[in-house]
Amino acid sequence: MKSDYQGIWVFAEQENGKLHPTVLELLAKSKELQKHNGEKITAVLLGADVSALADTLFSYGADAVLLCENEALRSYSARPYQKALTQLSEKYRPSIILYGATPLGRDLAPRVMVSLDTGLTADAIDLGFDEDGVFYQTTPGYGGKILAHIVILERRPQMATVHAQICSPIEPIADASGELIVEKLNIEPDGDYEVLETRSAEKSGESLAEAKVVVAGGRGVKTEEDLAMLRELADLLGGQLASSRPLVDNGMLPHDRQIGQSGATVSPDLMLNIAISGSVQYQLGMQKAKCIVAINQSEDAPIYDIAHIGAVTDYKKLVPALIAKIKARKQ
Amino acid sequence: MFRLDEEHLELQASFKEFAENEIKPLAKEIDETERFPLESVKKMAEMGMMGLPIPEDYGGSGIDQLGYVLEIEELAKVCATTAIIVSAHTSLCCWPILKFGTEEQKQKYLVPLARGEKLGAFALTEPSAGTDASMQKSTAVLDGDSYVLNGSKIFITNAGAADVFIVFAMTDKEQGTRGISAFIVERDMPGFSMSKPENKMGLRASSTCELIFDNVRIPKENLLGQEGKGFKIAMATLDGGRIGVAAQATGIAQGAIDEAVKYTAERIQFGRRISQFQNTQFTLADMQTKTDAARLLVWRAAAAEQDGLPYTAPAAMAKLFAAETASYVTNRAVQLFGGYGYSKDYPVERMMRDAKVTEIYEGTSEVQKMVISGFMGVK
Amino acid sequence: MKILVFVKQVPDTDDVKLDPKTGNLRRDGVKSMMNPMDANAIEAALQLREKHGGSVCVVTMGLPMATEVQKKALGMGCDEAYLLSDRPFGGADTLATSYTLAKAAEKIGGYDLLLFGRLATDGDTAQTGPAVAAQLGIPQISLASSIAVEDGWVYCDRDLGDTVQRVRAKLPAVVTVNGGINKPRYATPINIMRAQKKPRTTWTAADLGCDMTKIGTPGSPSSTKKVFEPEKRNTDTQYLTGSPEDMARALADLLENEHLL
Repeated sequence: MKSDYQGIWVFAEQENGKLHPTVLELLAKSKELQKHNGEKITAVLLGADVSALADTLFSYGADAVLLCENEALRSYSARPYQKALTQLSEKYRPSIILYGATPLGRDLAPRVMVSLDTGLTADAIDLGFDEDGVFYQTTPGYGGKILAHIVILERRPQMATVHAQICSPIEPIADASGELIVEKLNIEPDGDYEVLETRSAEKSGESLAEAKVVVAGGRGVKTEEDLAMLRELADLLGGQLASSRPLVDNGMLPHDRQIGQSGATVSPDLMLNIAISGSVQYQLGMQKAKCIVAINQSEDAPIYDIAHIGAVTDYKKLVPALIAKIKARKQ
Repeated sequence: MFRLDEEHLELQASFKEFAENEIKPLAKEIDETERFPLESVKKMAEMGMMGLPIPEDYGGSGIDQLGYVLEIEELAKVCATTAIIVSAHTSLCCWPILKFGTEEQKQKYLVPLARGEKLGAFALTEPSAGTDASMQKSTAVLDGDSYVLNGSKIFITNAGAADVFIVFAMTDKEQGTRGISAFIVERDMPGFSMSKPENKMGLRASSTCELIFDNVRIPKENLLGQEGKGFKIAMATLDGGRIGVAAQATGIAQGAIDEAVKYTAERIQFGRRISQFQNTQFTLADMQTKTDAARLLVWRAAAAEQDGLPYTAPAAMAKLFAAETASYVTNRAVQLFGGYGYSKDYPVERMMRDAKVTEIYEGTSEVQKMVISGFMGVK
Repeated sequence: MKILVFVKQVPDTDDVKLDPKTGNLRRDGVKSMMNPMDANAIEAALQLREKHGGSVCVVTMGLPMATEVQKKALGMGCDEAYLLSDRPFGGADTLATSYTLAKAAEKIGGYDLLLFGRLATDGDTAQTGPAVAAQLGIPQISLASSIAVEDGWVYCDRDLGDTVQRVRAKLPAVVTVNGGINKPRYATPINIMRAQKKPRTTWTAADLGCDMTKIGTPGSPSSTKKVFEPEKRNTDTQYLTGSPEDMARALADLLENEHLL
């Protein structure tokens, strides 16, 4: 029975005793959902020596914390985490489980989907209840030109991984408290999976997140020569070169240069979008830029929906002219 | 015959993907700098595209002639220079060794050529033996175990980068064309030198040079076919070469059409896309119809060769028509682009320059007409 | 070593259109292609085969036209191709898809490694690989940017953004690969011709012995309730006019005024 399932769960992702920032965002989003369905918000905290995090979870909106500490859960491994979450969900029967769409969340949630035999919406950019009172998850579809409301009508719990930064954490409540439920589970470590080493990723440039100026190229950038032109422009402006997804998919730029839902989120003073159509996923990564300039030959490209300045022309003509002008003025 | 079967469609898709990703990005640069694209040869070798119609036993891919003309067309659509590098290597160097070579010659020369480890060239034309190839001045005189080769060859495609050359020379001046013989000459044989590449109007990266032979000693076992059969070997080789050039010309034309269709759909004049003007529509329709006709002639010639039927006349017709079509189509494409078409920022001016030579080399259009009318019995 | 690579056919464009009546994707006139990261998965599999021997089977679920991607996979050098094609498979979400793919893996049997592209360009869920691992009860490594096999374990670097994790999983295991892991090879002419003779098998739900309540629409807990166009956020875009030269001047003025030069 669907009605046997009650409660909104937030998977409280933590590593080395540190909560992932999306957890607080999910708690805030759960508050909005609670206004509609009135169900209890429970943060599910798995790990070892992590009980101290419970207070943080209370102060950011959790009504309850379901704490399960176990040596097998100390560091993340898919199968022990899957087993723990499955057992807890089977026991407590929440109606909704939310995960951050992080590398960990996206590794774990599909496995829980299988063991709970329910639905899981990937990387939702919004959640809510529609006019029929049905819980929906919004996802961009087909390159981001359209949005869809995904629903899980008959099965429970209704699960989703949720995109980062779709809402801000609430102001922390001082001296907040809530119900602490401690669960002991019999979980064995996974002897067939092992993390051997964790190291910092080599970066191909300065972090995009901090950049004041970002010059990004899209599908219309076809050759290394064209890319070099964009790089020159970025250098002239003291900015960073970035891209939408196609140039990363085709290997022209490394993944850390990608802006958008599956890449970096940037908020520069100037965001130059060159030959980028501007899918919803891409816009998610750069909509907070102060000044958005779009150069695209197609006047109905969605990038113009959010651009402050638009130039409907071939960037191969405009960019060299712009480079020349900037060089001249710098002298 | 009028459409490709599944295998050939897959081959075509694969050549297209390769050409778009690996060859097209270099086309502009190598045209401007006249740099021979060795890295492309290496990539094509890995693909098995440097000996496509050569049997697998001899290092090739064992693909039929139709597959081969699809390869040349797809390459030519994006870079005519790369297409002629492959065509000259395959049709004019690998093929005669396959057809007329001894088993030892095949093992020694054809295998590395077809694998693309070595590059081949064909040297027939001389300063005074162009269209009239029978007027060979180069000589090869038997002296003990070797022939001593003297003379020069001009306009030799691939020369600057080639390792193996099929060279024609007089072994018996008294016999006229029956005194011409063919030889396999290696680049590093003492006395063999070459000029700097010609500064050409089109196909600027194909490294076309003059060859100079100064008492080059060629081992007797490098005689290709029998002594005195050289002219026949040259003519038979050129029949196949012409199919390759016809495929190249078809590709140049189709490449220009593809660019023009794209451009006219984007360019706005008088408030409309220029593709909305009837002049544009009719011009593009003419261009595509001629190009399709050229392609069918190419396929017919390739199929005739594959089936072991006479293909001298079909090859000549394909080459004549495809070459003239390439020149016509690229000329119209530049016109549709207007001022931008005349600019090096767009590829159609390069295509127009590249197209012209297809009417000239491996037998001018006039030679093709002689061949065709000869077959018609017109005297 | 026996490697299964799961490959999806996706639309070859970002510019997809919806049928205004049904809300479904209009497939007419849209060319399809192999999901790009699946080509990386195939390349990884072929490299492992070159090193360790064995075979590479490619598995595709889709319409009969998905044979195009199978042919490409065989042309790249895969040994066998399986197409899971049956009307009841239609409408599957990732749960039903993972069930169906796992049934196929079990039927093929004897596998050591299951490879997936990290995500598909159309659905973008990145859920299928881990879900298949869960269906089969085997470990997984997602987001792999390198892969090697040694002594019955698969070793990968996982690209987690700020950090890189070196992990290993015991075979049999699922690995999902990133686009940057390698450069996929082309289908070579020889392989294309050889591919014509390679075994290609089509399986229906009955062939796989599927529980019909677990496949297609009945087996899919999630469904799409509504499809709509994103709201336009800013309509007061200031458009630059004139020649590219004029636009460049206006843009340079703007940058100068904003003290960005």
